[in-house]
Amino acid sequence: MSTAAFPAAVLPTQQIGSEPTSGPSTEQLLELSMGPQHPSTHGVFRMNVVLDGERVVRLKPVFGYLHRNHEKIAESETYLGSMPYTDRLDYICPLTNNWAYALAVEKLAGIQVPERAEYLRVIVGELTRLQNHACLVGFLMQDMGCSGTPLMYAFRQREMVLDLFEALTGARMMCNYMRFGGCRVDLPAGWLDQTKKVLQQFPRFLDEFERLLIGNEILMGRTQGIGVLSKELAVSAGISGPMARASGVDYDIRKVDRYGIYDRFAFRVPLGSHGDVYDRLMIRVLEMRESLGILDQAMRDLPAGPIVDPKTKIRGFRPKPGEAYGRIEAPKGELGFYLISDGSPNPYRYRVRPPSLINLTVLEDLCLGHNVADIVIILGSVDIVLGEVDR
Amino acid sequence: MLGDGILKGLAETARNFFGSYVSRDRLTTIQYPEQRDPQIEAARSFPFLVFDGADWQQGLRCVSCQICEKECPPKCIFIEKSKDKKPDAVGKPQFYPVRFDIDISVCMSCQICVEVCPFDAIKMDVDYDLSTDDRFGGLLLDRQRLAKSNEHYNKIHPTEAAAVDAALAEERAKAKAAAEAKASAAAKAATEAKAAAVANPAPAPQPAAGESQ
Ligand code: SF4
Ligand code: SF4
Repeated sequence: MSTAAFPAAVLPTQQIGSEPTSGPSTEQLLELSMGPQHPSTHGVFRMNVVLDGERVVRLKPVFGYLHRNHEKIAESETYLGSMPYTDRLDYICPLTNNWAYALAVEKLAGIQVPERAEYLRVIVGELTRLQNHACLVGFLMQDMGCSGTPLMYAFRQREMVLDLFEALTGARMMCNYMRFGGCRVDLPAGWLDQTKKVLQQFPRFLDEFERLLIGNEILMGRTQGIGVLSKELAVSAGISGPMARASGVDYDIRKVDRYGIYDRFAFRVPLGSHGDVYDRLMIRVLEMRESLGILDQAMRDLPAGPIVDPKTKIRGFRPKPGEAYGRIEAPKGELGFYLISDGSPNPYRYRVRPPSLINLTVLEDLCLGHNVADIVIILGSVDIVLGEVDR
Repeated sequence: MLGDGILKGLAETARNFFGSYVSRDRLTTIQYPEQRDPQIEAARSFPFLVFDGADWQQGLRCVSCQICEKECPPKCIFIEKSKDKKPDAVGKPQFYPVRFDIDISVCMSCQICVEVCPFDAIKMDVDYDLSTDDRFGGLLLDRQRLAKSNEHYNKIHPTEAAAVDAALAEERAKAKAAAEAKASAAAKAATEAKAAAVANPAPAPQPAAGESQ
């Protein structure tokens, strides 16, 4: 039993009483608590792992360490007051969170979004996807043990996108940019040119990344066949986003719902066939290339005009009683907001459907039978942000 | 070939290392705090109160309407309204905040107070190295520490401040014109009334005279 590798995290060998005794004898099982401050858990997240030697026999995720009562707080805030809090759900991609929430409220109150605002939303949304996926591939490399350099390469790219966000919205991560019926501010002077410059560098980064890592034999040996998610399980467990598409489920809400103006852009939905960690990594790289295409089209067609529906008020906003569910294809999967209004200035019920949490539910199925070190990269390939999982 | 991945990686590192001497683009780090990136105009950190003129107490634009206090999502603004009124920049008597505190350990820099303020009295600062070792007093800003001049606002957000200044100047000109018009109207009314008062005794008997005709 290789206990030496994780000296701090190993609990004393316990007698695990009421375990199913099928398989290896219970005497030899080791219960390991990974997290909540484990460097590979992407936040405060704990896994109770039962090991037989190096092999995972059972895995129980424990979350809630970052619970901040987001939904209940939102029920006592005005509709606009919750907008800055949505930034803090999935703090890697605040703009798509804003978008999903704005979409739900617009559905609830029947607000129209002007054309220019729709384009701006697509542009910032796809930029968000770019930087989220860049982040993810960097982190995944870090999890595999390529310490530092690939992550820094990915972060260098992400930082450029964050600079664009800051120039537009005023903040790198807590953007608070969308408003019901549009966006808060228009593009500052020179923003589009700067964006074009950043986007020109992106293919070079992706080529470099693919040349160095995606075709690397060590990486392939490390990730292929690990953490396989079958298509059936992906569908029945409600997995969405790149993780489902890596298993071959052709489901992209940008194509299914065609929310906003996504029907105007030509783009393909990359699909994987094995559903292992390698496919999930590859899907992100391919999606980044598709996002670059969408961005090119959106920036080319960007019309002039107002950026916010003049009829919506900032203060005293009271949608009429009703309910609405707005969902978008966030970089991590289906992000939805469910709202019930009773006609008062704050929502009667406010519920978030977070993609990270639902994608995390199959973690045990992915990890069973693999080694301890594989848990780390499987978790990395699921792409979670604990701000969203725990809310 | 086994190991060509490593060679490729080393080549990439070498390219970036030597390239950083030639091209500025490859240098992605700066020596903070000696070096700093140019300030981005739209950036925001924490709110401050704008005042006009030289005296912060006299020139505060805030009229203590308490809208921002109500709309702030984490409720980190505390305002105490004055009992008396003070003339504001236009000369109109207004309430003013006797106390205006923002707890910036709670504030989440969301800018909603700025959006809802109808008087352009509260704006976002761009200062970011604000660390302090005083957990309570250092992070609870009172109105004196919040007050910053309009020149400061113009310096950090030139485009936005110019628009605000133009709108305010227009408003003030309108207010002044209205006040003048009102004053002259009042004066005219007064003179007319006086004239009427002077003239009245004479025409007043006329109908009687007419009647008698
Ligand atoms: S800052 Fe603006 S909104 Fe807040 S109390 Fe003063 S005038 Fe009213
Ligand atoms: S920036 Fe947001 S949190 Fe801070 S004082 Fe203004 S409204 Fe409140």
